[in-house]
Amino acid sequence: MKLKELESCLQQVDGFEEPKIQLEQYPTSPHIAGCMLYTIHNTFDDIQNKLVADLGCGCGVLSVGAAVLDAGLCVGFDIDEDALDIFKGNVEDFELSNIDTVQCDVCSIGSSYAKKFDTVIMNPPFGTKHNQGIDMQFLRTAISMASTAVYSLHKTSTRDHIQKKANDWKVKMEVIAELRYDLPASYKFHKKKSVDIQVDFIRFTPT
Amino acid sequence: MKLLTHNMLTSHVKGVTKGYPLIIKATEVKVNELEFNAQFVSRMIPKLEWNALIQAAEWLGRSQDLPSTLIPNYENDEEFLHKVHRILLEVEVIEGCLQCPESGREFPISKGVPNMLLIEDE
Repeated sequence: MKLKELESCLQQVDGFEEPKIQLEQYPTSPHIAGCMLYTIHNTFDDIQNKLVADLGCGCGVLSVGAAVLDAGLCVGFDIDEDALDIFKGNVEDFELSNIDTVQCDVCSIGSSYAKKFDTVIMNPPFGTKHNQGIDMQFLRTAISMASTAVYSLHKTSTRDHIQKKANDWKVKMEVIAELRYDLPASYKFHKKKSVDIQVDFIRFTPT
Repeated sequence: MKLLTHNMLTSHVKGVTKGYPLIIKATEVKVNELEFNAQFVSRMIPKLEWNALIQAAEWLGRSQDLPSTLIPNYENDEEFLHKVHRILLEVEVIEGCLQCPESGREFPISKGVPNMLLIEDE
């Protein structure tokens, strides 16, 4: 499947109906999700026939993409029931059977799933809404769950901080790409029409 | 909820030392076909708590002559792999609950999604 086809496919994924600001619910655009998944699949072969986890899956754009790219099974984890309802709708629309979901608090998972998954993919909350540090909690959990690799998006401004943590946790960190996350005004308090946030698409692997 | 996922779920209720495996009480179960891939199934088997899978299958009334211990050389037994594929990936619990074997706490499963969220003081 070509990147354009994948993006076009992901455009059919329904997003949040009433995004919850305190959970930092922003949809991952079909373009960014497409780029991420395309690279994970074609460059690293970490999706097809693999057991994949999507942490903070929201409405499931990354999970749907992973399933479409023939993941053995992709399991989405999210705290919000409303988002998971939309996720289920998407799974039905796309007629995918290689997807499952769990409603839970990713920050409380601990090491329950230690090394159970081949690959973890995620677009975690960045920690901008009274939840500072949540991105690192997500990352820590992801690293404990994955036996091969974790793929994640983080603000470029936090790159050095993440590198320090990666060293502490003894994981190798590779910035695969720098992306501009274009967030269209989705909440009432947004004054600008859209805002570009620079994010790093990072791959973490055990050393 | 598929049984591959169930195999990984534990209860984290305060004070519980072994909240595993979660007892399945299903009121609605569905079979959703998924393309068979021998390699994927073979690779998943060593990651499983096999006993928990056998118990889960029993709770769903679908033991289907799955052996209680793994047979050697299972990677080359297509019939066995097909059976595992079915129970692990195609059988889905749509409604019901998961019960912590130690605390008795029930986690609801609704529309195929298990809700593992605990309230503040659990």
